[in-house]
Amino acid sequence: MSDVLLVGTDLRKSFGKTPALDGAGMSVAAGEVVAVLGPSGSGKSTLLHCLAGIVAPESGTVVYAGRELSAMGDKERSALRRGEFGFVFQFGQLVPELTCLENVALPLRLGGTPRKAAEAAAREWLGRVRVDEVADKRPGEVSGGQGQRVAVARALVTRPKVIFADEPTGALDSLSGEEVMRLLVGTARETGAAVVLVTHEARVAAYSDREVVVRDGRTREPEHAW
Amino acid sequence: MSIGHALLGLLETGPRHGYDLKRAYDERFGQDRPLAYGQVYSTLSRLLRNGLVEESGVEPGGGPDRKRYAITHAGVTDVAEWLVTPEKPQIYLQSALYTKVVLALMSGRSAEDVLDAQRVAHLKAMRELTARKQEGDLADQLICDHALFHLEADLRWLELTTARLADLGAQVAS
Ligand SMILES: Nc1ncnc2c1ncn2[C@@H]1O[C@H](COP(=O)(O)OP(=O)(O)O)[C@@H](O)[C@H]1O
Ligand SMILES: [Mg+2]
Repeated sequence: MSDVLLVGTDLRKSFGKTPALDGAGMSVAAGEVVAVLGPSGSGKSTLLHCLAGIVAPESGTVVYAGRELSAMGDKERSALRRGEFGFVFQFGQLVPELTCLENVALPLRLGGTPRKAAEAAAREWLGRVRVDEVADKRPGEVSGGQGQRVAVARALVTRPKVIFADEPTGALDSLSGEEVMRLLVGTARETGAAVVLVTHEARVAAYSDREVVVRDGRTREPEHAW
Repeated sequence: MSIGHALLGLLETGPRHGYDLKRAYDERFGQDRPLAYGQVYSTLSRLLRNGLVEESGVEPGGGPDRKRYAITHAGVTDVAEWLVTPEKPQIYLQSALYTKVVLALMSGRSAEDVLDAQRVAHLKAMRELTARKQEGDLADQLICDHALFHLEADLRWLELTTARLADLGAQVAS
């Protein structure tokens, strides 16, 4: 692939004696949607955390746009996360004290955008994921599906290059899950963002361009399997 | 299910008479649908004609079961190809997959490769259905979703079987 944006190579990470990653690696091209599939406990989330610079691997490298994450300082790394990456988790990512609008505006505010401009952009994004009506509600007052759409808006509001989504539909029923996937992948494609989509559900993975399978902390890409 | 390939796979463990072959097949794969004798012999004569098996010794006497059959090199190649060629993703193909997995384990080939090849084919079909669903009307969506849920069930079986390969291998060997 010519325009590789993010590459993790030979990643190892243990928690106590259990190796969560045991030589895992994968690459993501600009604008590509890659599913990370595998059974529960296989190391998918740990792989995502390493690629996103949230967790430091014990060995191996992560290179984003030609820069190695482990060579950056903490400040530089969090600026990169804030500026270039977006995150959607299974749940619990919205700040409960803020309204949905303020939640979506938050990443822009943290990046220094003035309140008015940030909230205008947030409002536009809530419209794009079709939940304008929850703007003034708090996360505790909206449904699971609406909350995940707000999370998608919040992940995309900074126009990230990569969206990391960890079981984004894991807590939703089938219909809300479908809606969230359509919006997540649809808006990512419109804005040219790549998506690293961790899931154990094949119907969710079917929204991707290709898949990487994780088993016992190791990755297996089908095109290299034999 | 390709009975010819299944018989070839069983012959890989050693030459057998037609009757033995039927018994081995019924025992492992035929639970609710045992093979008819006629089917066994017509399949064997086709395999013979195509050079995938050969006769290895004819015992004196009458009856069709005098002959022993052995797999040829061409037959071995044929089985190997069949094992890693995914089945066309469709509903209810577990018996074909189960047969392939067991034969891969019996012959010391990678059963994981068999399952992986199938997973790739299933996910490809699911991507196509997902794309079609997004362009289609509600009727298309419902039809595609039905297929998607069934293919997903196959994939869950593939995943579970992958996790149980070590146990299954031990059982097949015993
Ligand atoms: N923070 C942690 N502390 C201890 N063990 C962990 C931690 N995170 C993950 N693990 C362990 O690492 C392995 C991989 O976990 P994880 O990456 O969360 O898998 P997955 O996302 O595929 O379910 C598991 O055995 C898990 O229990
Ligand atoms: Mg996880």
